[in-house]
Amino acid sequence: MRQRDLFASAMLFAIYSLLSAGLFAVLDAGDVALTEAAVGAGISTLLVLAVLTVARRDERPVASHNLPALIVVVVTGAALIWATLDLPEFGAPDNPVHTHVAPYYIEQAYPDMGVPNMVAAVLASYRSIDTIGETFVILTAGLAVWALLSVRPRRRKPSKPEGNNAP
Amino acid sequence: MREHGILRIIARLLIPLIMLFGLYIQFHGDYSPGGGFQAGVVVAAAWILFVLIYGLDVALKVIPERAMFVLMLFGALLYAAVGVAGVLLGGHFLNFYPLLPGKHAAQQFGIITVELGVGITVATVMMVVFTQFARRRRWLEEAGEELD
Amino acid sequence: MALLGHFNYWIVVVLMMIGFYCVIARGNMAKKMMGLNIFQTSVFILFISAGKIIGGSTPILRKGVEVYSNPLPSVLILTAIVVGVATTAVGLALAMRIREAYGTIEDDFIHDDEPAAADEDDR
Repeated sequence: MRQRDLFASAMLFAIYSLLSAGLFAVLDAGDVALTEAAVGAGISTLLVLAVLTVARRDERPVASHNLPALIVVVVTGAALIWATLDLPEFGAPDNPVHTHVAPYYIEQAYPDMGVPNMVAAVLASYRSIDTIGETFVILTAGLAVWALLSVRPRRRKPSKPEGNNAP
Repeated sequence: MREHGILRIIARLLIPLIMLFGLYIQFHGDYSPGGGFQAGVVVAAAWILFVLIYGLDVALKVIPERAMFVLMLFGALLYAAVGVAGVLLGGHFLNFYPLLPGKHAAQQFGIITVELGVGITVATVMMVVFTQFARRRRWLEEAGEELD
Repeated sequence: MALLGHFNYWIVVVLMMIGFYCVIARGNMAKKMMGLNIFQTSVFILFISAGKIIGGSTPILRKGVEVYSNPLPSVLILTAIVVGVATTAVGLALAMRIREAYGTIEDDFIHDDEPAAADEDDR
């Protein structure tokens, strides 16, 4: 199945993001689900659509299958699936993830700071320096987009008559 | 998009609600799912909906681009300022305990201020990014680019 | 149970393969960015599913709940999603500039010998 219409792919991508937001909600990560629903289904889809307003809406047809790419992907996937056999089972409470710092966060977050939402407590207080880094990454990305797109494009041909540039 | 009555009326109902929800998850983030990142993207999504319905020119009258830049830097600097305040009052960088006398009060003050900074930065960065993208097509048309 | 216990990882790997294929096999940059986002989401699902405890609940302290899921992956992924959309915006901005300079966002149709469709002067 292949979708050449990029508008349709953007819509499918939005639906996929919304579904993954639902999955996050099921997996007990309400904060993440909230963010993914707003970001994936809203903002990133709109940014793709904004690019499609200036670029061609349909993808150029290419040769049928890209066999080297397929081989690379399948080999990578097979290696990863093989590697998953060593990983701990889904949802077991004694997984290594749950025995390191997580019990401290869960038990001490409320006595330490009186904030019931442990995600907010870890985000803003225990891992505050991490979060300040992320904030500045976002700021830098915003400035980078501004630097790339705030320059007015040059007029193409001065002799070109106005009015034939309708979309 | 002025002629689409249904869209405009629905948007008029929805935009304040989304904004209110954004404020709720910003300031109630300590007790329910929420926080600066979520609130930032939700508020930005409401603003983008406003742009889609009413056009970029009207939206830039509500929040001028210069204000977005100021707020974007203000948010990040507010975060950093909380950290520096902790240092000046005798703690480590981003240690909230020296900020206020009570232990819980200090942490909650720190968390809420930091989350506010994050929320402002995230919301305004998304707004700046979307403004740039949305304006590009018109600029290209003015420059005589052939768009397909 | 041992077989189904790794089901979440397999979903992650399959999603990752789809995204990876989009990135390396497609020439269209908008599609590449969407593929990169699918790749990214697969990593998010890996983290979040690793943080889930069966029978646990959302990590917000309240009465009547004994077991909470791990809050740490939520924190990491929460920031990663927003950073992800910011970097996606940078990528799409680059794609837009490439479209302006070369007239296309298809990898295979960008040619150096057709500089910027008739505007000779450099930018």
